[in-house]
Amino acid sequence: MTYSVRSATVRFGPAVALDDVTVEVPAGSVVAVVGGDGAGKSTLLRALVGEVPLDAGLVEAPPRQRLGYLPASAGSWAALTVTQNIDFVAGIYGLAGDELAARRAELLERASLTPAAGRLAAQLSGGMRRKLGFIMAIVHRPALLILDEPSTGVDPVSRIDLWRLASEAAASGAAVLMSTTYLDEAERAAHLVVLDSGRVLVQGSYDQVRAGFAGVVTRADQPVRAEWAWRRGRILHEYWPVGDPPAGTTAVAPDLEDIVIALSLARRNAVPS
Amino acid sequence: MTGVLLRAAHVTRRFGAFTAVDDVSMGVEPGEVVGLLGANGAGKTTLIRMLLGLIAVTSGRVDLLGGPPDRQRRRRLGYVPQGLGLYGDLTVRENLSFSARAYGTAEPVLSPALRGYADVLVRELPLGAQRQVAFLAALAHAPDVLVLDEPTSGVDVLARAALWDTIRAQAERGAGVLVTTHYMQEAQQCDRLLLMSDGRLVGEGSEADIIGSTTAVAVRTGDWARAFAALAELAEVLRAAGIEASLQPVPATIEERMLVLSRQAKAS
Repeated sequence: MTYSVRSATVRFGPAVALDDVTVEVPAGSVVAVVGGDGAGKSTLLRALVGEVPLDAGLVEAPPRQRLGYLPASAGSWAALTVTQNIDFVAGIYGLAGDELAARRAELLERASLTPAAGRLAAQLSGGMRRKLGFIMAIVHRPALLILDEPSTGVDPVSRIDLWRLASEAAASGAAVLMSTTYLDEAERAAHLVVLDSGRVLVQGSYDQVRAGFAGVVTRADQPVRAEWAWRRGRILHEYWPVGDPPAGTTAVAPDLEDIVIALSLARRNAVPS
Repeated sequence: MTGVLLRAAHVTRRFGAFTAVDDVSMGVEPGEVVGLLGANGAGKTTLIRMLLGLIAVTSGRVDLLGGPPDRQRRRRLGYVPQGLGLYGDLTVRENLSFSARAYGTAEPVLSPALRGYADVLVRELPLGAQRQVAFLAALAHAPDVLVLDEPTSGVDVLARAALWDTIRAQAERGAGVLVTTHYMQEAQQCDRLLLMSDGRLVGEGSEADIIGSTTAVAVRTGDWARAFAALAELAEVLRAAGIEASLQPVPATIEERMLVLSRQAKAS
């Protein structure tokens, strides 16, 4: 089973939040959507959940009861304990009794939250709260799991837990779509989608994205063309979309950060056709 | 300006029985960008608050610009918190006038990217532009020391590159910059890294120095879902399950190094 949005366009008044975006999420894999503030990540995720109607295009998603969704905001009730939060959501899906107890215990264990089971959600750290939200999104074994920036503001140790949980969900057959603002996280996904101003800048596996990247990235202390250069620590990197860079420049192997910046610059600097 | 701008010497801070910062010594020199890394609860914020003179040390000594971090010295400091510290109900120009008056300095000139936003309420700006405004407000008085908390989190790659240009320009004119973060991308922009875990300084130097001899194991297989389930019992089980896979040690990432340190801290 593959879920998808196809040729999706979403407008909010005059603003185009998604512009002809096609993304597929096959069962058993993790797809990462990456982009900055305003790139269209949340709109894409919410279109799949059915919270945002499309102005054009198609959504293929399972029915609501087979969907799991962790929104970008908290996603748990502060005045309930961890256990109460999980049980409340599980109850909506008809999970109860021994079946619920077993599922809850299993998920708490996998998220390293067992010792916090009796704690109020308000008293959890940011990372623990995101893991609780994750458990609540997955308690009913959804076919499609959608996670909106599960790792933003989360400490590195909890972040590794969250990635393991997402990978486990995919390994047991779910289609997982998650958004992140961090490119180094997206590198780990089977398939990554880079959004920029509502459009897909590039997508594929990390290897495919690297192999498909045209042009040369060089390093220098002073850029030859400032509008094609960006900072990496004490030095600058510069992109040459077509043709060879001038003699005396040193080419570098671009990482995902370089590739995304280079493609963004190519879009910004392009002469309108 | 010469000498160390910001220095902690054997600094400890206890809250009751809990030791938040345990015998930490570090410094920031003019012209360098230093990254302070650590998981939540590692002690980064407590250390920063002592360096800025916002809370007292239990023992040890803190120097800001050659003396105790008093009000007078704090005037030569610029700080951009994660929450940015701007007034959402004021326009960009009003926010900048306010901070300029507070520091007794001239109002900063808006960058070309911000010029169109001068009379827009800050809360209506994209996050990347809000961060640019917070930087302008913090930099207008040309501070000698700049402290930034996850300065580029959440913004797109081009806005991030622009922010790093601004940060680097401050270092090049001689300011010392301390960046607290737990993101690899920010760490990689720094000249030198400090890694805290469980209140102590556990690593210092380049990314390679911090990672040291820690390695991770990369498993490459076309059958990743089964491999993942089998990984709990590692290579033997993979082989027994008939899964074609290579297991090879690779250099760990900074995050993985932090995971190892945090597990060691819990075990001890």
